[in-house]
Amino acid sequence: MSPRLVRADGDTPLRVTVDGQPLQGVRGQTIAGVLLAAGRLAWREGPSGAPRGVFCGIGVCFDCLVTVNGLRDVRACRRRARDGDEITTQSRGEG
Amino acid sequence: MTARRVAVIGAGPAGLAAAAAALRAGAEVTLVDAAEQPGGQYHRMPPDAFRTRPRHGRRDFDRVLGHPRCAWWAETSVWTLERAEPGEAPRVHVLRGPADGDGRDRFVLEPDALVLASGAHDRVLPFPGWELPGVFTAGATQALAKGERLAVGDDVVIAGSGPFLLPVAASLLEAGSRVLEVLEANPAATVLRGWARRPWELAAQGGKAAELAGYAALLARHRVPYRTGRAVVEARGDGRVEEAVTARLRADWSVLPGSERTVPADAVCVSHGFSPQLELPVAAGCALTEGDRFVRVDDDQLTSVPRVYAAGEITGIAGAPAARAEGLLAGWLAAGGAPAAPESRRARLRRDQGRAFAARLAAAHPIGAAWTGWLRPGTVVCRCEETTYGALRDAADDPAGGAPRVVKLGTRAGLGPCQARICGPTVAELLARPANPHHRPIAQPIRLGELAAPDEKEQE
Amino acid sequence: MLGAGIVGAACARELALAGCAVTVVDRGAPAEATTAHGEGNVLVSDKGPGPELELARLSRRLWPEVLAGRTGREQTAEWDPKGGIVVATTDDGAAELERFAASQRAAGVRAEPLDAAALAAAEPHLTRDVTAAVAYPEDAQVQPAGAATLLLGDALRAGAELRTGCEVLGGVARGGRITGVRTALGPVEGDAFIDAAGPWAGELSARLGAPVAVRPRRGEALVTAPLPPTVFHKVYDAGYVGAVGSGAGDLRVSAVVEATRAGTILLGSSRRRAGFDDRLRPEVLSAIARKALRLFPGLAGAPVMRAYGGFRPYVDDHLPVVGPDPRLDGLWHAAGHEGAGIGLSVGTGRLLADLLLGRDPPVEPAPFRVDRPAVLGEIG
Repeated sequence: MSPRLVRADGDTPLRVTVDGQPLQGVRGQTIAGVLLAAGRLAWREGPSGAPRGVFCGIGVCFDCLVTVNGLRDVRACRRRARDGDEITTQSRGEG
Repeated sequence: MTARRVAVIGAGPAGLAAAAAALRAGAEVTLVDAAEQPGGQYHRMPPDAFRTRPRHGRRDFDRVLGHPRCAWWAETSVWTLERAEPGEAPRVHVLRGPADGDGRDRFVLEPDALVLASGAHDRVLPFPGWELPGVFTAGATQALAKGERLAVGDDVVIAGSGPFLLPVAASLLEAGSRVLEVLEANPAATVLRGWARRPWELAAQGGKAAELAGYAALLARHRVPYRTGRAVVEARGDGRVEEAVTARLRADWSVLPGSERTVPADAVCVSHGFSPQLELPVAAGCALTEGDRFVRVDDDQLTSVPRVYAAGEITGIAGAPAARAEGLLAGWLAAGGAPAAPESRRARLRRDQGRAFAARLAAAHPIGAAWTGWLRPGTVVCRCEETTYGALRDAADDPAGGAPRVVKLGTRAGLGPCQARICGPTVAELLARPANPHHRPIAQPIRLGELAAPDEKEQE
Repeated sequence: MLGAGIVGAACARELALAGCAVTVVDRGAPAEATTAHGEGNVLVSDKGPGPELELARLSRRLWPEVLAGRTGREQTAEWDPKGGIVVATTDDGAAELERFAASQRAAGVRAEPLDAAALAAAEPHLTRDVTAAVAYPEDAQVQPAGAATLLLGDALRAGAELRTGCEVLGGVARGGRITGVRTALGPVEGDAFIDAAGPWAGELSARLGAPVAVRPRRGEALVTAPLPPTVFHKVYDAGYVGAVGSGAGDLRVSAVVEATRAGTILLGSSRRRAGFDDRLRPEVLSAIARKALRLFPGLAGAPVMRAYGGFRPYVDDHLPVVGPDPRLDGLWHAAGHEGAGIGLSVGTGRLLADLLLGRDPPVEPAPFRVDRPAVLGEIG
């Protein structure tokens, strides 16, 4: 199984795209939260191409970097998702 | 006389207490934190849009943040501290705006005194497979549970050392995960001996003891085994964690041969203690304690640099009550409050109790020196650059090289995006001649365009 | 050999390979100071016709020989003959650059003018707002600490001995000749003592009783997070040559932009005299960022993850000091290379060894002699 969101009443949905694919999230989630809740455990590649996702969850390890609306190297665990965000995954050195 | 300007970096328990005390002493306070919400990692709470229950303790925060002499700067990253002329506090260069954004506004604070309260994050020792997705720090597990209402997995192994493993287990149980086991690497004897030292001192930390007892009861209710002298020594899986290998450890954390067990799991949560975030004190020129572990402070929480105070986990891992007491003392004195005031006497007492608690914690949950026996030549030590243990050893053993900076440049260990925040203490430990792993003059990334922008503003 | 930076390592290698019994002493550990804080320039492009260019061309010939056939970890020298591109962004700058390049061509340097199309093909992300551009295919880059480790490793394999944590406290002289040095780890005796202490050469030579005017000049550089390939050569603005040649104590900043093998981009560089004050100044970092973005505007979003600074060994007339000290027999100097010491190290090692062993040096040694006004004049 994968990470999952504990649902609550009153959640306000939001939509983002990840590499062009639409993904539903909930207002207040970080981008890492949206990705994990959607069952994505990994979205970045290290120098060898090995998959990476969240490790430290608090902005220290830089494993979870994504490109948000064209801006690279945003820590997904620290950036609050906004409706309409276009998220692109990164691999080390290849965009 | 104009009020003293006190800048407080970090809005966790220590920073909030420092701001409150500095305000009581009459100072103008600027409280800075990278997060959107006050509270730090300890009081981590979901954002307003995402709340299921009313937040606790918020009113205390509001009294500080809403104070007319307090400027609360959320989402503010300190990207560098600039040492000023002797006798002046360092200048604080900050960026205000969403995390890792571009076009954030640059400001420079020129306070009369500075309180550093930047906190700590999990120390995780490397083991084969720790870079697999599905291995999380205990702090990540907790942050995702409390801040995002997210359970990191269904079948989870929690491992490492320290009492912090227990609330992590509790959060996962609450979210409906199966916690397969909680593994404390130290043997029961070490843990018991550490906690049972001078039991009368524990009375002052009664809240903490009750909290831990509560977690223990919760684990028992869910039939979650708590095993001492056992650790996760490997994570395996194809592109993600599928199983954890646990092993029985001796007191020095060497693996007892033949004791390995394989546990199917979809998440492994680890923490072997805490690493203080020391880049700002180091940039300010503050002296560190033995082994570059913490910021050295005197009885007044003053560092070796005049006008620079430190409080909370950067002075020693002692938990929130001690952090609050330290913050209170630091904020009060930074603002020019009377050293002998009753308030500061009480804070000193609580701080000293907190330090005794920290000593107890360190005695009960030390890191065993033989943990390096878990490593294989191909084990990744620096996650960012995928530097292996073998490469690091070869470089360190080169008779013509071997200096920490030379090893780093040759292997790239610690030179990746996290700038040695994760592997720095480990690499320092693996090298014969350790060097301060906290030297990061750029304390948070700044976009080149932001750095080039000419308009750095002074605080109004 | 007093100093185990890259210049000391290169000299030790030449002497040890020639059969000398070499002892290398260093206050710290090999290559950890100025060498490990350098950018790894192996440049001919920034040098006008003259003795330093000749030393640079000698070094450029020697580097591939020295590095040939290395395998495994010795590849951490990261030799990269990527070539340099120098650009001007004003009409005056263009005229100056073209004149400079013509004089270098006359001296035998490959300096090839690039038209707009060729420049865009070579560096697609470079600003189009360029008035002249010259390619220097001979420019190269090394990872300086890796290269120094390799040079010193050769010396040790040839029998040299290394003493680290061994600060030189003073000299022992008899009849106008230095016969030993006192160190933190006891006395070291020898027939010749080579001052290769980089920015500390002034301080060290004073301790030995024969001071030379080598002083520290501070430099800073920025390092971005790893990026997709964006910069393919060492690219710098023509103002860099002026900043190198300047003697001003105040801040000089010029853009030097290049990628490393790990994908990070190094952005330099600043020069200012501030003694051994190692504080990083945010306004200097901002000035570097502004200059770099004028060349590569597309890097505005790149995160800077690190800044570092170091001390270059500076001499007023901008020439290294290589040769015997006329005041104290047995004392030699190999220092004062300012920002070019990484590139010039192997040529310096060859020159020093040839002089010391009475062989014919491949470049004219007189311009580097110790007995010149910039070196023995006013010290301070």
